[in-house]
Amino acid sequence: MIRAESVRIALSGILHNRLRSALTMLGMLIGVGSVIMLVAVGTGSSRAVQKTIEGLGTNLLQISPQGGAFRAFGGGGGGGRATLGTLSRGASLTAADVTALRDKAQNPDVVAVAPVTNASVTAVYQGASYTPASFVGTTPEYQQIKDYQLAEGSFFTAVDVAQHNRVAVIGETVASNLFGVADPIGNNVQFNGSNFQIVGLLKQKGTNGAQDQDDVVMAPLTAVQDTLTGYGSYQNVDVEAASPSKESDAESEVTATLETTHKIAAGGTDDFRILNQASLLQSSQSSNKVFTTLLGAVAAISLLVGGIGVMNIMLVTVTERTREIGIRKAIGAKRSDIMGQFVVEAVLLSAIGGLIGVAVGLVGSHFTVVGIQPEVADYSVFLAFGVAVVTGLFFGLYPASRAARLLPIEALRYE
Amino acid sequence: MTTDQPVIRLWELTKTYGEGEAAVQALRGVTLSVYSGDYVAIMGASGSGKSTLMSILGCLDVQTTGRYLLDGIDVEMLYEDELSEIRNRKIGFVFQSFNLLPGSTALQNVELPLTYAKVRSHERRTRALSALQAVGLDKRASHRPAMMSGGERQRVAVARAIAVNPSLILADEPTGNLDSVATADVLGIFAELNRQGRTIVLITHEGDVAQHAKRVVRVRDGRLVEDTRLAPIDGPPPMPGLAGHDLASAR
Ligand SMILES: Nc1ncnc2c1ncn2[C@@H]1O[C@H](COP(=O)(O)OP(=O)(O)O)[C@@H](O)[C@H]1O
Ligand SMILES: [Mg+2]
Repeated sequence: MIRAESVRIALSGILHNRLRSALTMLGMLIGVGSVIMLVAVGTGSSRAVQKTIEGLGTNLLQISPQGGAFRAFGGGGGGGRATLGTLSRGASLTAADVTALRDKAQNPDVVAVAPVTNASVTAVYQGASYTPASFVGTTPEYQQIKDYQLAEGSFFTAVDVAQHNRVAVIGETVASNLFGVADPIGNNVQFNGSNFQIVGLLKQKGTNGAQDQDDVVMAPLTAVQDTLTGYGSYQNVDVEAASPSKESDAESEVTATLETTHKIAAGGTDDFRILNQASLLQSSQSSNKVFTTLLGAVAAISLLVGGIGVMNIMLVTVTERTREIGIRKAIGAKRSDIMGQFVVEAVLLSAIGGLIGVAVGLVGSHFTVVGIQPEVADYSVFLAFGVAVVTGLFFGLYPASRAARLLPIEALRYE
Repeated sequence: MTTDQPVIRLWELTKTYGEGEAAVQALRGVTLSVYSGDYVAIMGASGSGKSTLMSILGCLDVQTTGRYLLDGIDVEMLYEDELSEIRNRKIGFVFQSFNLLPGSTALQNVELPLTYAKVRSHERRTRALSALQAVGLDKRASHRPAMMSGGERQRVAVARAIAVNPSLILADEPTGNLDSVATADVLGIFAELNRQGRTIVLITHEGDVAQHAKRVVRVRDGRLVEDTRLAPIDGPPPMPGLAGHDLASAR
């Protein structure tokens, strides 16, 4: 009975000064709405990255050389792209490694192996010049492992590799930069001065969240070594496992094979490392978690600011209504009655603001933000609303206790 | 409805505001008893200590020295919340400046002490309406104070004061802000309430208002200087008739 009464009294207090109440609610509204929306953006982006990584094929293993000396601080950690820059003397991936990896008897769960050598090149075609993000010398297995489809022409073949043919397959981004709308097939492009004939155009793959997968050129390993990179070791070797469930089996087979060819004693330190999609996924997820947490923290600060707004307004309200408090006390209100009235008013202010904020956050999450489709996380809705109510309670307590402590005789005298 | 139980009992009551040089002695030893059913007017010039006395009688403030028993209870010993309860159950206040809540209707204002007395909403409404009826304002229950005249506001305040059925009605210059017609209305209501057995202490500086009480106590410089009985406690309050009324409207 008394509780319903203090809600009624608090509501009439809120309605008494509508503009001020609305502005105070706006603070809570923005706080709650932004928590929900920013967490939704974080969740949405993490979901998007996860999808593209899964789309890469989850049975890819990428082997890269790693110097023992680097292990001390580079090993195990990092996760990301450690392919380049960890090369050191002694650690290398060679043709012998590739041959051993292709041995079905030793590696029953490996279905394809492709050596990869990278070059940094500038491509020129009839005056148009372009530097692709990735230029790869490899073997035809690479197409299968990376799941590239062709839009036009064909991928280069084992014969091209054997005969050192200077042919190349290009992605959509490279094609449009060099050829515009013209058909690239059959034309010769100069890569750092060496002529390669374009034999295939890849189907568009889009971005994987980090890289444009259409900004690529692929050519036979032998031809690339002849003209651009020389005959050193490979930057990495890509391996496809028979199925995602066979990935860890394949990984141990590959490890055993390479430890044999590299003559690493049991218990010794490997001079290579194997990256799989699962670990990529893991690292991207953990970095996304950090991202989402940061967004949430920024939003939480605006919630706090909203709470301070509630406190500010409640202090003003208590001062303004000193005489009312005096009247109520003279007539029989106890401390707890006055306390309850103002705490309920503060909580109502923030709860109503929070509810509208939830609505705004849910509606706002339907819009695409910087290319990310936000995904509302249930926990963020309850958390944001709950925190808003608790904030209102917390910041309402002090003004309310000031009101409750007023002496009736002095409050009545207040003009 | 008179008994020998004094509603108010004061012994050598003093009140000093402030300390040292700035100290003001508002009451300098007041001894007084008021019995149930009486209608007492406390008279005195401005600054003589009337409002101070009323604050202490109403448990809004405490005396500096001396003793005060309200219905036999020594209120000096009580905690703040207990004082709230005493004010709620035993005292009905009527102030010079009405002190109604501007945002609430007449009915809500009258319901307020009942709310704090934890009376259920249905009964609260019935009792508040009958209090409004007693002051002739039941038709205006849903009006806010801003839409009412001064006399009507004061009648709402009187209705609020009698809503919980207190043992004492304390009125501090209730007619100070009213014209002569409204003054007559309010005094008429007080007379009727007293006739029904309610104890009333009315503070005023106007002689013709004091003539409506059964007993007039005069205060000067914080002391009682005169105590005159105009009518017996167990009889009806005096009806000064039109003489006082004419005097007031002639001003
Ligand atoms: N809160 C206060 N602080 C200091 N002095 C006060 C206070 N209230 C009243 N007084 C002083 O006490 C004296 C009596 O005041 P009051 O009781 O209001 O008289 P009355 O109501 O008869 O006009 C006056 O001199 C007044 O200035
Ligand atoms: Mg006074």
